[in-house]
Amino acid sequence: MKILVTVKRVIDYNVQVRVKADGSGVEKENVKMSMNPPDENAVEEALRIKEAGKADEIIILSIGEEKCQETIRTALAMGADRGILIKASDDVEPLAVSKIVSKVVETEQPGLILMGKQAIDDDSNQTAQMTSALLGWPQATFASKIEIEGNIATVTREIDEGLERIKVNIPFIASCDLRLNEPRYASLPNIMKAKKKPIDIKSADELGVDVSPRIEHLKISEPPTRQKGVMVADVAELVQKLKYEAKVI
Amino acid sequence: MSILVIAEHNNIEIKSSTLNTINAASKLGSEIEVLVLGSNIDNVSKEISSYQHVSKVIFIDSEKFENAIAENIEPVILSLAEKYSHILAPATTFGKNVMPRVAVKLDVAQISDIVNIESEDTFIRPIYAGNALATVKTKDTKKVITVRPTSFDVVAKEGGSGIVEQINLDIAESGVEFIDREESKSDRPELSTARIVVSGGRGLQSAENFKLISDIADKLNAAIGASRAAVDAGYVSNDYQVGQTGKVVVPDLYIAVGISGAIQHLAGMKESKIIVAINKDEEAPIFNIADYGLTADLFEALPALSTELDKLNSIEK
Repeated sequence: MKILVTVKRVIDYNVQVRVKADGSGVEKENVKMSMNPPDENAVEEALRIKEAGKADEIIILSIGEEKCQETIRTALAMGADRGILIKASDDVEPLAVSKIVSKVVETEQPGLILMGKQAIDDDSNQTAQMTSALLGWPQATFASKIEIEGNIATVTREIDEGLERIKVNIPFIASCDLRLNEPRYASLPNIMKAKKKPIDIKSADELGVDVSPRIEHLKISEPPTRQKGVMVADVAELVQKLKYEAKVI
Repeated sequence: MSILVIAEHNNIEIKSSTLNTINAASKLGSEIEVLVLGSNIDNVSKEISSYQHVSKVIFIDSEKFENAIAENIEPVILSLAEKYSHILAPATTFGKNVMPRVAVKLDVAQISDIVNIESEDTFIRPIYAGNALATVKTKDTKKVITVRPTSFDVVAKEGGSGIVEQINLDIAESGVEFIDREESKSDRPELSTARIVVSGGRGLQSAENFKLISDIADKLNAAIGASRAAVDAGYVSNDYQVGQTGKVVVPDLYIAVGISGAIQHLAGMKESKIIVAINKDEEAPIFNIADYGLTADLFEALPALSTELDKLNSIEK
């Protein structure tokens, strides 16, 4: 079985994002970029499934500008086998991403697709569900545990009420939660090896997918900022403030 | 054209997120219809029909909808989609699971997690964990939207007199088999709607020590929350998590204990009316957004807080 894992290049999760003064977007110049965190969990899960002898090839797919190759290389250094980059502008919407993934699935025929549950830049949380609907494959979103036995997988999903378990047949698509696993660090020898692994580059045009945006960003603005409040000396003062000043208890 | 709201419920109770979403819908138009899919949901459907702004409730009663499987819900929404200008669901794990399927089948770009409505095609939504707000305008004629519940008030549970219509639709077997659900049972207020939330972080150091948090929560009739670090460490289960990938809360009072204040956590609570931070590290970023900060060892501060709260006898129950 092949596993297809999608990875997105995003502003590193530790970076304090700054809104541009002209409202056209956020500052991306000289800002550290990394793999979207839950995508790392998706890569890790694919590696573990392969190491358990349940898959034989892991393909990493990224969509975006030329530099997304770095993100693919990171996944290859973790242990994935080869990469595919579909070149497009860096703000392809989930709708177009799901169409591109579906096209890649036609040629690659994986038995499993793993994605991060949400990209930490646009926070859309859509792509896995859309891809599932397009392919007609079952979806297992927000997965915190994936157990595969033969052709059947039992997936534990994190939902607002707690945990839910579902059973799905292969092929299926899972969106991964941060609690699915602990992603590994790439070792130096593996980083060197990854440089020789192949990355196939195509454009969205070649796949016949229209990536023109449907949503226009009229303005990106700073959220209202909170004023730093006061420091209290002890618990007694805190309770007095909450009771008589803020009047919330 | 009318607006369709997808109701979130558990076949017995209607989730408050449904009431927030109906309110958001009322800012887009006056004809609001609510789709209720579930099993043995006569009561649920009837109750929603009396909600403010609701002109019609459409329901299907079938075991296939008992567990809110997205693959089963999607074809029903699609079969009805034609007559609506907007289709809305709450941006909860329920709505997030279903709506993108509907959007892609309609070839529409979904607008996720809106916090404000500018016009019938322009919305405001947080991006980058709420560190930026995007004003977005969609070119799609049909709008598929998820609504951040805490950004819209609930509608009144009375005042509406919607008609109730039962429909039928044959749904193909989906490839998903529901096994079970493990829900945290608690007598405390629900985290996403509680007036007071007491949250613990890595500073608590163990599941056992979370008792200190629950003791305070009990005295304030508050819900309990947690940072991702506390959930990852196994101190409490995932449904307690507040933050970018957890729940968003907007209580009157949020007490963060032993939480340093990573941007991912702030994304879930920084709209709270009053924020209290208790942390032994005076440099912790949580103090930058707190209305009241206390630099203290939580293992001394929480028992002291408990004693102080006992002294107050006028705490709202």
